[in-house]
Amino acid sequence: MAYFLQQLINGLTLGSIYGLIAIGYTMVYGIIGMINFAHGEIYMIGAFISIIAFLVLGLAGISYVPLALALVLLTTMSFTAIYGWAVERVAYRPLRGSFRLAPLISAIGTSIFLQNYVQILQGARAKPMPPMVQGGFTVLESGGFAVHLSYLQLLIILTTLVLMAGFSTLIASTSLGRAQRACEQDMQMAALLGIDVDRVISTTFVIGAALAAVAGLMVTLYYGVVDFFIGFLAGVKAFTAAVLGGIGSLPGAVLGGVLIGLIEAFWSGYFSVEYKDVSVFVVLILVLVLRPTGLLGRPELEKV
Amino acid sequence: MTAASGLAAENSARLAPDWAAYLKDAALAALVAALLALPLMGLQTYDIGGGALGIRTHFDWVAIAAAAVFAGRLALRLWPRLHRRGDRRGDTAFARLAAWANRRLFAITLAGIALAVALPFLPFSSRYLIDLGTTVLIYVMLGWGLNVVVGLAGLLDLGYVAFYAVGAYTFALLARDFGFTFWEALPFSGLVAAGFGVILGFPVLRLRGDYLAIVTLGFGEIIRIVLLNWSPVTGGPNGISDIPRPSFLGLPFARSAPEGVTTFHQFFGLEFSPDQRVIFIYFVILTLALVTNLFTLRLRRLPIGRAWEALREDEVACRALGINPTNVKLSAFGIGAMLGGLAGCFFATRQGFISPESFAFTESATILAIVVLGGMGSQMGVVLAAILLVTLPEFGRAFAEFRMLIFGAAMVAIMVWRPRGLLAHREPSLRLGVRPSST
Repeated sequence: MAYFLQQLINGLTLGSIYGLIAIGYTMVYGIIGMINFAHGEIYMIGAFISIIAFLVLGLAGISYVPLALALVLLTTMSFTAIYGWAVERVAYRPLRGSFRLAPLISAIGTSIFLQNYVQILQGARAKPMPPMVQGGFTVLESGGFAVHLSYLQLLIILTTLVLMAGFSTLIASTSLGRAQRACEQDMQMAALLGIDVDRVISTTFVIGAALAAVAGLMVTLYYGVVDFFIGFLAGVKAFTAAVLGGIGSLPGAVLGGVLIGLIEAFWSGYFSVEYKDVSVFVVLILVLVLRPTGLLGRPELEKV
Repeated sequence: MTAASGLAAENSARLAPDWAAYLKDAALAALVAALLALPLMGLQTYDIGGGALGIRTHFDWVAIAAAAVFAGRLALRLWPRLHRRGDRRGDTAFARLAAWANRRLFAITLAGIALAVALPFLPFSSRYLIDLGTTVLIYVMLGWGLNVVVGLAGLLDLGYVAFYAVGAYTFALLARDFGFTFWEALPFSGLVAAGFGVILGFPVLRLRGDYLAIVTLGFGEIIRIVLLNWSPVTGGPNGISDIPRPSFLGLPFARSAPEGVTTFHQFFGLEFSPDQRVIFIYFVILTLALVTNLFTLRLRRLPIGRAWEALREDEVACRALGINPTNVKLSAFGIGAMLGGLAGCFFATRQGFISPESFAFTESATILAIVVLGGMGSQMGVVLAAILLVTLPEFGRAFAEFRMLIFGAAMVAIMVWRPRGLLAHREPSLRLGVRPSST
């Protein structure tokens, strides 16, 4: 029971991170109907920028942890958001209206480019990061096994919940959110009614990248190590989360992320660590075959 | 370039250039570039020992990046003015080259094959050159195989290397456990890989194209992880070694053979030389690649090949005409997988040793880059792209390091400017009636 609870906590933490990345996939898919393969790399860049920001702050002598965290969060989100904007502007916007595979291939090219860009500039070796948020409390103790919830895990789960609530409100009740939903339904009609479609799409990428940056920061803090290849697996898993929750649905993305996190945690807790990634891919294939609309998604209508 | 911006470029070409607007635009682009470069280029982390990181500043790089983007952006805006005539005719150097290559297709093909056949016997040829040629040909074959899936059927397969791995491991296991030789195992490698393709494709191919891309990506990783962890069978990270080399009609390439076996050099009365095997292996892959090419070219003229291309252009129309999209896609996927498996079988016999490391996602990305750069559906383009991609790292360390960076950027650039590939000159595969004069 205690072991189960511990895996539950680990899974929820991991799932929150996947959920944050999955929001970026799901929002972009909802609005322009393409999978942004480069999103995983944006998350990786977020992790790198956060580690660099921590180092710079350390040199500047800011050692009060909450202040450092807030500053790093802000810088990471803004710089990564610029990356998200630039990727859309350079690699996707010129391709609107091109043939079906063009944006996908461009996205893969972007992904390869960003991965190698970071590898060349920052080196291929994993970057270590000393733990910033330490400590925690014991939730339960039974049979000599203590269930531990660290402050960091709490912080990750709470941040995800707050961001999730914030962005749900943004989509539901601001003019930007309305414009976004309008573009999602019919881009041409939205443009005719005076919505700047290009700007709405750019904003979507910026928001997605900022959330991925938060996820990158969390992962840096949680695992204490970052390398240029982390975006690949995290990207696929977050995409699986988005599909599982129903692609295009914001709560679905977080739900899917949490489910994927739980599956991974329980799989490595009860079966084998080696095959934990395989379990996620199998879930992806099963969902696509059995329920392509996902848990909270709407069926897709094909228009001729 | 979109129609709207093309029109805008034409209008601005007639008017005087709006320098103020151009400069402002370029300055903005440079500002964004500087902001992008600041954290990752300007601040470089490095190990200072003891598990800690230090930081180095490179603000000069940031300045260079910003200046380069400024110049590039300005040049991009001025380009339509400088090349008014070429732009109006709607062609560029690449388009003219592609059209020329298309007219002389037969002659170029013959010359290319002649050169490939003669390569090992040319005066300047060396073992290094033949090895390089063999590597190029492996990628050409993989590119042609993936071209069936991506170029003809329009299905984006991001895990092609999985089938390559299946083919290689099929041969390695058959050889290790059942004593199969290369030629005996070759058909099995193709069949097993095709089987995997059909099993994976069957549930997934009825979905949208983007889903297929990510599922194949996942499948590629599954295969790699299984190969890595299923140690009792696959040898895990250590891989499988001592894979038998191919023989020439049963004549092995060795200095001395066991009792009752004639070696290649004894049979032909030649002096023994290790180069004989290298040259033979080169010809094996050349034959395999040419057979692949002939096979796909013939398939394109069959109803199934026409169905692939029709499906790529318009799935709904195909369905209305009574084509079963799932079956047609499945055949393309299976045939592509089979060709990948055959190439994998050859790879195993050439290396003599395989491990999961050779089948990482980077390989899939490389093969896809070859197909995309060459022009999806173009057989000649694949050859050129494969030569470029394989030989580039040989020109120096800098090229080796920046290879994938350049190719990633090139994939984006090609999609933006020449989405049909560098050398794609698209002609309809089938015309009804007389060929119209204007194309």
